[in-house]
Amino acid sequence: MSSIHPIENSFKNGVHDGIPVALGYLSVSFAFGLSAVAMGMPVWCTVLISLCNVTSAGQFAGLPLILSGAPMIEMIMSQLVINLRYALMSLSLSQKLAPGVSTPKRLAISYGITDEIFAISASKDREVGPTYMAGLILVPVAGWTLGTLLGGVASGFLPQMLQSALGIAIYSMFIAIVLPPSRRHAPTMRVVLVSVILSCLFYYVPGLNQVSAGFTIIICGVAASLFGAILYPIEEETDHA
Amino acid sequence: MPDRFFLYLILMAGVTYLIRMLPLTLFRKKIESRLIRSFLFYIPYAVLAAMTIPAIFYATDSVLAAVIGLTVACILAWLEKGLLTVAIASCVTVFIVERILAFLG
Repeated sequence: MSSIHPIENSFKNGVHDGIPVALGYLSVSFAFGLSAVAMGMPVWCTVLISLCNVTSAGQFAGLPLILSGAPMIEMIMSQLVINLRYALMSLSLSQKLAPGVSTPKRLAISYGITDEIFAISASKDREVGPTYMAGLILVPVAGWTLGTLLGGVASGFLPQMLQSALGIAIYSMFIAIVLPPSRRHAPTMRVVLVSVILSCLFYYVPGLNQVSAGFTIIICGVAASLFGAILYPIEEETDHA
Repeated sequence: MPDRFFLYLILMAGVTYLIRMLPLTLFRKKIESRLIRSFLFYIPYAVLAAMTIPAIFYATDSVLAAVIGLTVACILAWLEKGLLTVAIASCVTVFIVERILAFLG
């Protein structure tokens, strides 16, 4: 952050730092493409969703809403709640970007703020510039989109017998995202348990189960996170990204 | 193509983009509120957990197969295996359990 170093603004360095992110994205987006097409989404729609959103949890959450024809307000609210963390990263990145970066360039960089891209830009020991960010964003987005396409196409070749088994895929991936940090941080585990208990109440208790699935997720997520934020506030910058 | 696909796509991508764009272009100060920072920290995990349970029980043809698949996923995720590994292992588990259940009739 200090002005001792020149800013990091090399496209080549951005591409270099983006390659491991892109490789990681290939496998996740492959799984996204696979399950989206298995759930009935056409391949080209699935690829378009990945290209336009570049966010795993938001995309996974949006899929059933699109496929079931949910009310538009549910799509807006669910994306808002699930992706709210990007606002924090965006805010943090605004202080990491070289001050002279123009508004149009900020508008472009905004497209590529993901957990991983944010984490890498935050890990730099100096300010970052728009050319560096372009490399750091374009390579992972290419990996994200390509992986989705490959997964979607692969899904078409799978026998009907596998469709039921594939239904569990996205949920196991959520578990793979949630459990490792819960294991390392007990308050996160408590928040997760509160959310799960609420979610089950909204699913099984008569009356409560009249609330639609999209709003149930929002209510559970907000309530459990408030519970955690009040009882177990996070002290410092964390490694959650 | 699902009904109203492009409307959903525009809303989905638009909301996601606005969340990323507004702070980067408008605000230049750090969030000081510990409550809000903590809330934003917990949100992704709470949301994903609520999305997973109980929906996972009804994601396959058989609830029993889903429960066993969930158990396998939890064990591998606890051991910090990657997303794709956990996903494939649980799918294979469900596939095998459903074939056994079908065989037992």
